[in-house]
Amino acid sequence: MTTSTIYKKKTPLLFFLIPAFAFMTLFLYYPFVVNIVNSFSKISGLGTAAEGLNTPWYENYLKLFQDPNIVTALKNTLLMMLCTIVFQVGVALVLALLVDRIGRGSQFFRTVYFFPIVISATALGLLFNLIFLYNGGMVNQIAQKFFEVTQFIDWKDEDHYFITMLIPVMWQYVGFYFVIIVTGLNNISSEIYEAAEIDGASGFKRTRFITLPLLRNVLCTCLVLAITGALKVFDLPWVMFGSGIPMDQSWLTGTYMYNQTFIRSDVDYGSTIAVIIVVLGVVISRISNTIFKEKDY
Amino acid sequence: MKGGSKNRKKRVSASKIFTYGALSVWALTTIYPFLWVIINSFRLKGKIRSDSFSIPWPGSSDFTLDNFRLAFDRFLVGTAYKNSFIISTVVTLVVIVLAGFAAYGLVRYNFKGKKALYSLIIASMMFPVFATIIPVYRMEAAWGLAGTGNTTLSLIAVMLPQIAGNLSFAIIVLMGFIRSLPVELEEAAYLDGCNVFQIYFKIIMPVAKPSFATVAIFTFLWSYNDLFTQMFFLRLPKERTITLLLNEISSQAGVNYGLMAAGVVLVVIPILVVYVFLQKNIIKGLTMGAVKG
Repeated sequence: MTTSTIYKKKTPLLFFLIPAFAFMTLFLYYPFVVNIVNSFSKISGLGTAAEGLNTPWYENYLKLFQDPNIVTALKNTLLMMLCTIVFQVGVALVLALLVDRIGRGSQFFRTVYFFPIVISATALGLLFNLIFLYNGGMVNQIAQKFFEVTQFIDWKDEDHYFITMLIPVMWQYVGFYFVIIVTGLNNISSEIYEAAEIDGASGFKRTRFITLPLLRNVLCTCLVLAITGALKVFDLPWVMFGSGIPMDQSWLTGTYMYNQTFIRSDVDYGSTIAVIIVVLGVVISRISNTIFKEKDY
Repeated sequence: MKGGSKNRKKRVSASKIFTYGALSVWALTTIYPFLWVIINSFRLKGKIRSDSFSIPWPGSSDFTLDNFRLAFDRFLVGTAYKNSFIISTVVTLVVIVLAGFAAYGLVRYNFKGKKALYSLIIASMMFPVFATIIPVYRMEAAWGLAGTGNTTLSLIAVMLPQIAGNLSFAIIVLMGFIRSLPVELEEAAYLDGCNVFQIYFKIIMPVAKPSFATVAIFTFLWSYNDLFTQMFFLRLPKERTITLLLNEISSQAGVNYGLMAAGVVLVVIPILVVYVFLQKNIIKGLTMGAVKG
């Protein structure tokens, strides 16, 4: 992309960039570097300073390979990421395209779909705990009343934990991607559609050959957000599943890291997991970025 | 051809029915759980597990306000609301100003290290808060901000990392929108004698208003709902925010599902009101017709 003459002089750039990056350096990058150092250090308690390096200094990284819970956490997180991309962004895209087609009521649907994001994960966790409650939760009551299921289902047992964990997370953030995509759809000029209409493209063809390609950048943004979001998922699973029930099976990278740091007070090992989360996120979003390269139109 | 056009009309209305049907199904899943919890917050606590679907009309034997009365008696609900709104408003304002500047600079200027900066922003979105919170806490404690017991200082201590944490998302979204704006508009303004700052405030900001609104709303909500940072910095009852209050209620309620439901409602209702109000602004911003395409 060529730079317009307006932007040849670089001095104002400093004014634009420095405040934001100063904030991020001080409260994100610097602490994160400290975190990396911590992953090689020996730290005995939450508030205490490091007591020198571990012996050997990469001890925590060796531990990663021997920890079966890490494998579980990574497996669950990657699965969660895949579901996020397919279901959250997918459902959001379908809903956005549908809403874009209707006139009356579109505002209502926008308002309603976005609503779950407004609610704190703590509240939603409690809400879903009540909904999936074994004895008398909403789902089990519905099952009993309308489908004449005689045996209550334990939604947090080994057969059901993943879906019970997945549904609330999926459901909550569909509206988030929905709003981003709808905003993108609104930025597509109606003249393009009119031109397409004249050329005889309408309905499905219009969606396939005009809307989707023009949405590409917006969808790329969604993809990056979905990947990083899945790696960070924390509060909903934490409120609902706490310490990896059932039997250490429901760990995610986020919840496991929290558990190691704040419950087990193994600060340096927790820092190590945090490093892994970031590395994984950078690698995966790099890959997805090369596959779905952003384009300027 | 009469028959043909009739046929077409039928197909159109069938697809319309399908569209509305599909949209309504999803709408139902987002509305019903909240309705369910609101209904049950007015129910006698013992009745929730046996019959949670009927509506406890005021006056019927199942209806009660005890759940709410208990919540207000035991917890500082008003103070919690006030703290939440102070934190979230300040965080939102600062994020919008700084992220707008940074996004504009990153999109329009070409300079060495631009790619690296962009990767840094993406990477920072992956930093889990719990990886940065301990160093941040120790830093702020050294500055005399955190852990002093002074409410104002504690609130500021929460705001700073929240601002930093929301910046990367805001910058990325704003960059996406600014990139799609035609640079010709800015060039025209430049020829009319505007400098870069005037271009930013008079052209970019008004045109990108819908995306600013989107970013503002997300930032506000995330700040309001962020349990983790708040849990770390706000420890005294008078410092508690509404999200912390709910956490407190849930840990004290035990199997008192009525109190739990009431707590959820207390957190949800004001946000719902604010949300409906802001949502109108967003839609207005969207339809006001920024420069399109």
